[in-house]
Amino acid sequence: MLVEIKNLHIGFESRTGFAPAVKGVSLTLGTEKLGIVGESGSGKSLTARALMKLLPKQTRIEADKLEFDGIDILSASEKQMRTIRGKRAGFILQDPKYSLNPVKTIGSQVAESWRAHKGGSKRAALEAAINLLEMVKIRDPRKVASAYPHEVSGGMGQRVMIAMMLAPDPELLIADEPTSALDATVQAEILRLIEELVSERGMGLLLISHDLPLVSHFCDRVAVMYSGRVMEELKASELLSAQHPYTRGLLNCMPSLIHPKERLPVLTRDPEWLK
Amino acid sequence: MNKRFKSLAATLSSVLLTLFGLTVLTFLIGRVMPVDPVIAAVGDNAPEDVILRVRTEMGLDQPIPVQFLHYLNQLIHGDFGMSVLTKNPVATDIVRFFPATFELATAALLLAALIGIPLGVWAAVRQGSLTDQAIRVVCLAGHSVPVFMLSLISLLIFYSWLDIAPGPGRQDIIFDGMIDTVTGILTIDTLIAGDFDAFRDALAHMAQPVIILAYFSMAYIARMTRAFMIDALKGEYVITARAKGLSLTTVIWGHAFPTVAVQLVTVIALTYAGLLEGAVVTETVFSWPGIGQYLTVSLMNADMNPVIGTTLLIGLIYVGLNLIADILYRVLDPRVQ
Repeated sequence: MLVEIKNLHIGFESRTGFAPAVKGVSLTLGTEKLGIVGESGSGKSLTARALMKLLPKQTRIEADKLEFDGIDILSASEKQMRTIRGKRAGFILQDPKYSLNPVKTIGSQVAESWRAHKGGSKRAALEAAINLLEMVKIRDPRKVASAYPHEVSGGMGQRVMIAMMLAPDPELLIADEPTSALDATVQAEILRLIEELVSERGMGLLLISHDLPLVSHFCDRVAVMYSGRVMEELKASELLSAQHPYTRGLLNCMPSLIHPKERLPVLTRDPEWLK
Repeated sequence: MNKRFKSLAATLSSVLLTLFGLTVLTFLIGRVMPVDPVIAAVGDNAPEDVILRVRTEMGLDQPIPVQFLHYLNQLIHGDFGMSVLTKNPVATDIVRFFPATFELATAALLLAALIGIPLGVWAAVRQGSLTDQAIRVVCLAGHSVPVFMLSLISLLIFYSWLDIAPGPGRQDIIFDGMIDTVTGILTIDTLIAGDFDAFRDALAHMAQPVIILAYFSMAYIARMTRAFMIDALKGEYVITARAKGLSLTTVIWGHAFPTVAVQLVTVIALTYAGLLEGAVVTETVFSWPGIGQYLTVSLMNADMNPVIGTTLLIGLIYVGLNLIADILYRVLDPRVQ
């Protein structure tokens, strides 16, 4: 198993007391595509970031098991984590407008990622970066490499992000809402690109999204999260016919072009689910 | 290219406008001040006809706009008038006094930046920790204790009691007149002369005022760096950099710090301008023959030409440093273009 999470709890210590955010999540992931869906604040991103140990220091993380390929993340040192981050697990963030460094060229950012794990000269790394940009289907990669993030579009920025995260050939790719900030037409392109690269390289993928139809098409399995817990886990193909009342509620809330509704239903939440 | 030329033209015209405003302002200072330049020049007891003659000679009987044009013409020719007190042209005095201030300010700024920036970054990275609190207290003290008090305490302890620091002034009396003035910057002039004893002496004399000025500026630079870095460290690109598996040092100095460099340039430029305008109090306490002391002494003696001359110089320094900061923006932040 690439990832094993058992009974993960994440919470924040604050002046007003302890605020739990993730309350006992269990997940496993092999070389497959796992989707996590749920509304904002359900703990999807926190779970992913905990796996990379990228949460602020004040965060309290507890788990019976939090492992990446058998390595215990909770007890791993910062040094050990650096052999996982980037090198073995890539992490794609939501909006390239904020997730790329504004004052460094695209080429240097991709090259840095390559060089941090594969070594070699700066020139060789830059050449590798240009090849990577070509791999994510950027036309004229040489020109883009010398551009700054604010000079390229959102879709292009996300391709750069993908190139950067795939540079050291990781085994796992975590994508935290990789297309939410993009136009609908670009979304499909980016997802197709991720799909292609992930299957080509036989990687595991953890896709966080709140787009249910997208996840049901794209992933092998789906975990539905609500209020820091996994409500249900099911085959992605069965998502649209899920039985759990929360998942049904989410599905009902989706507007449809074919069967337009006068008024979207309000999501009902049952405290019973949290028991 | 055309765009760049346009922005350059815009910057230049704003600089020229500021400079023009500066000349108007200094001209008005000269007119508004309740000091009669004629009386200042000839003395209270001069006979009436002398006063009238000098007034005509100085062009003060002309209408104000004509006087202003005359004043502009003088400025363009580098003529700031004579100092009644030193009996020298103001320009000559400034050339003599400014290097001392420049030396002090530059040394203090370098020290302040070299300590203040890492300290601020360190405090930001360990936000809320004991280190952060300690740095904050040190900076707060630097900001709240008056400079003259620190200077006096320092002189009392290191010069008077412990006798390990030299007293006020720029150099020991033994070296007086021994070093040829080339740049006016004593540490450089002594090196040019190859006199290492004099060089050490000059350094020793600088130590106290430099450290005190640097402490004051450092407090400000560190506090601003901390604030900028805390903001920068919250950026998503910091998460990206960490997710790439970079070391914390690279994430901080290679990714977060470059994004605050632009803001820091402004802070440092303003700090430097503040130091260059003459740390009046420090220069007085340490009898440092710089522009600040020249300005105060002239002002107290109602010697207006030096006051206007140095005010112009200080304004020029501010404009110049702002221009440099503006240019550095373009170099440091690709988004500005």
